[in-house]
Amino acid sequence: MIEIFGISSQALFGQLLIGLINGAFYAMLSLGLAVIFGMLNIINFCHGALYMIGAFVAWMLLNWLGIGYWWALLISPIITGALGVVIERLFLQRLRDLDHLYGLLLTFGLALILEGVFRQNFGASGLPYRIPPELTGGTNLGFMFLPNYRAWVIVLSLFVCLGTWFAIEYTRLGSYLRAATENPALVQAFGVNVSRMITLTYGFGVALAAIAGVLAAPIYQVSPLMGSNIIIVVFAVVVIGGMGSILGSIVTGFGLGIAEGLTKVFYPEASSTVIFVIMAIVLLIRPSGLFGKGA
Amino acid sequence: MSAHAGTTASSSAAAPLSWKPFAVLAIFLIVGPSVIYPVFLMKALCFALFACAFNILLGFTGLLSFGHAAFLGMASYGSAHAAKVWGFTPELAILFGTVIAMALGLVIGMLTIRSRGIYFANITLAFAQMVFFFCLQAKFTGGEDGIQSVARGRLFGLISLQSDMVMYAFVAVIFFLSFLLIYRIIHSPFGQVLRAVRENEARATSLGYKVEHYKLAAFVLSATLVGLAGAVKALVFQLASLTDVSWQMSGEVVLMTLLGGVGTIFGPAIGALVIVSMENYLAELGSWVTVIQGVIFVLCVMFFRRGIVGTLMDLWAKRNAH
Amino acid sequence: MKKLYQSMLAGAFLAVAAVPAYAQQYSGPPLKLGVLSDMSGLYADLSGPGSVIAAKLAIEDFGAAAKGMKVEVIGGDHQNKADVGASIARQWYDQDGVDVILDVPNSAVALAVNDITKEKNKIFLNSGAASSDLTGSKCTPNTIHWAYDTWMLANGTGKALVKQGGDSWFFLTADYAFGYALERDTAAVVQKEGGKVAGSVRVPLNTQDFSSFLLQAQASKAKVIGLANAGGDTTNSIKGAAEFGITKAGQKLAGLLVDINDVHALGLPVAQGLTFTDGWYWDTNDDTRKFAERFSKLNNGKYPGKIHAGVYSSVYHYLKAVYAINAKADGATVVKKMKEMPTEDSVMGKGTVRVDGRHTHPVFLVEVKKPEESKKPWDYYKILTTIPADEAFRPLKDGGCSLVN
Repeated sequence: MIEIFGISSQALFGQLLIGLINGAFYAMLSLGLAVIFGMLNIINFCHGALYMIGAFVAWMLLNWLGIGYWWALLISPIITGALGVVIERLFLQRLRDLDHLYGLLLTFGLALILEGVFRQNFGASGLPYRIPPELTGGTNLGFMFLPNYRAWVIVLSLFVCLGTWFAIEYTRLGSYLRAATENPALVQAFGVNVSRMITLTYGFGVALAAIAGVLAAPIYQVSPLMGSNIIIVVFAVVVIGGMGSILGSIVTGFGLGIAEGLTKVFYPEASSTVIFVIMAIVLLIRPSGLFGKGA
Repeated sequence: MSAHAGTTASSSAAAPLSWKPFAVLAIFLIVGPSVIYPVFLMKALCFALFACAFNILLGFTGLLSFGHAAFLGMASYGSAHAAKVWGFTPELAILFGTVIAMALGLVIGMLTIRSRGIYFANITLAFAQMVFFFCLQAKFTGGEDGIQSVARGRLFGLISLQSDMVMYAFVAVIFFLSFLLIYRIIHSPFGQVLRAVRENEARATSLGYKVEHYKLAAFVLSATLVGLAGAVKALVFQLASLTDVSWQMSGEVVLMTLLGGVGTIFGPAIGALVIVSMENYLAELGSWVTVIQGVIFVLCVMFFRRGIVGTLMDLWAKRNAH
Repeated sequence: MKKLYQSMLAGAFLAVAAVPAYAQQYSGPPLKLGVLSDMSGLYADLSGPGSVIAAKLAIEDFGAAAKGMKVEVIGGDHQNKADVGASIARQWYDQDGVDVILDVPNSAVALAVNDITKEKNKIFLNSGAASSDLTGSKCTPNTIHWAYDTWMLANGTGKALVKQGGDSWFFLTADYAFGYALERDTAAVVQKEGGKVAGSVRVPLNTQDFSSFLLQAQASKAKVIGLANAGGDTTNSIKGAAEFGITKAGQKLAGLLVDINDVHALGLPVAQGLTFTDGWYWDTNDDTRKFAERFSKLNNGKYPGKIHAGVYSSVYHYLKAVYAINAKADGATVVKKMKEMPTEDSVMGKGTVRVDGRHTHPVFLVEVKKPEESKKPWDYYKILTTIPADEAFRPLKDGGCSLVN
């Protein structure tokens, strides 16, 4: 057993793997935020609340309709994404011409409403959601016991993140989106319905949050507070990665998960703070983030 | 945030300084405690000062900070610690807390002032979170327990502040003087430059003003007065806790300012009064209070951007125009 | 003449003998009780609205109305914030005429209320908070601590598990004063019984995912993993341990502050085998079972836990004391009376209130049943031992309370 800085290599690799899994959630959530900011220039403060709703929809599907996990992975993003579309049409659309800070304030207000309503109805303790039977148990990797569900989390989130990145960078639809961000008027002149594209992009970003929510339901508590617990961290991830950069948020999400995991081994009390320290340092050196496109 | 809310008559430099609102305020402060529970009134005054000081930065300089709770909380801890552990008399404890907020404001201000808009909001949030975790870990803050049993002490070593009415008189005087100070600052050449920076930073620079220095000065000033509010609050409630450094508190002051009227001088105080009252009287409704706050946020952003006082001033101006 | 005199005397005797058929009517002032709790957050199920129900049931069972006592109960939500709790307490005492504050889960809030109660000379009957400081360094003549505290939990669980062979411990400690206190008290007991502490890790409050901390616990190879945390942190740790197969691999999980509502939230498949000390269990005798049934009908089917039992018992005893004094009295006077009288009620049975404000009663070391062992709803505990009242709580001389001489 090799020792690195006084910690056995076994324990270290175990922690790195856990960090990677946590990073997967950060990556997926910050991906949604980055897509929304990159394309719409909106800081979506209610992203955490929508992630929470994604998890709750999965819970409701199971407990009220008997619909299980695998279907929930599909249905919850659709329902939550639809909610996102409604939010965009009703509120955000009207703020498009104003200072972006209004978008931040509005989504902050929406987050309060959504969280408050769910808290009132479900209490703050959290509700149980079983790991789907196909994914229980785990494998002994030698240096740690890896539950199958956690392995699934890594696989699915990598798939979703890389898939989204690929779609935006390399497909036609993606190129329209990127063009519309740069010059909406010109793209509109080419006959593309920019307004509808923006709405659907917001819905898509929200759907990403919902997938993360369903993914989180079996391992974190399904609680009305799960969104606000994580949103501040995800903000930091997006800012470090660069506000508009898709690749930036994916890489930073996983990276910060690992950084947090390492901190938990060597200096656990600081594990909540390390992300903000990194954020402050990065912002001071590169104000637009690691992969950012300019302040 | 150019909400162009400050362009009505009473905040343009040409109008003479008005004493009328201060007369009204003085009457309210004197009569208030006989009608309303003094401890509640003191809480409202502390938050009113918090919001008005915050507005120096948001309404008059155009910078949205999402981390102002750091100053409220650190000053509160400083003042509580000084009064409880070092036995400072109240005026010295409050001074100590305020100085801490000023120093913190200087440090954070220097590091963040170069960012703009959303980035500024984000980086101030990041620093506030670091302050939060410092307060969570540091031994002297008592972590989740906070600093409790803080003695109110004897003012100048002579007058005991234990009685709620005496404490109220002290807080009311502090508030009145701070308010006067804010009013004076806004209606000064310095205040004018701030407003110029808010409207068009590039133009202000081209006119020869060192914009960075003015922004930093506004930031530190704002942080100091917020610190004053926090330091006083610690003595009123005789405790300092993590709630005061949380990001939810930073969000609340934005709400109060927005509701009251960004860019008006008295607006944030009104906004603070409304929010504090709402939290107090609707406390039995539990989480519905959060929902209502969210609704107010949304309504203000969508339809009501000038806030209560801003809208009232508009109606008044319209009436005078006929 | 003699016969008339005799019959008049007889008549007088009969008249006097007839009066005691009615209970002595209470002639003191009306009473107002405030249940200050976490009504919608982490502790809402352990305490919350259930505590208000428990208080009302106690007033009913005491027969307050028949005795001519007017008793009102109000509820308040401190939202787990010391400043909100302190504000409500002040307002209740100053403006709203509240005489007694009950419950108050969350040690930080409880300590603040403790101070204010002493300042205003009212009464604080705590059932919700854990800090043993309330009867130790922070004791006052106005506060009585019911139901449980950190010393009792640490001692019960720590001692028992070491005796069973769990002589090496690793702690997952919530990173705040309550967590440290729990770890400190338990580590002291473990070491006194001849065990050792293999290590510990401080976990930030409200951590969602304990996997990395559990891995460290596993790597330490300690026989027992002590959970020095509460509420959501405890349930998340337990969930994580089940997921990572930690208990299956042989390490024992010791919850240091667990309530029956936590077990209900986790479900038996996940919580089975968990060993801990609890101050009260509904399925002990017919009286407690009847109480549980009445309570659950009013509480959405959820059964009472130790905090609810504590609220009931403290209210019952308070009414007994006030009834005995039968006149207007300040907080310290009533509390003194409560310390003089032994407690007895149908929910917590017999007990005493010590001079330092500690209510003592027997407590149970329990193990959570396996799913197949549970025969009816809320049938969750296997009672391993009953620890008698004089052993369960910290000895009077060790607390550092100024009221003990």
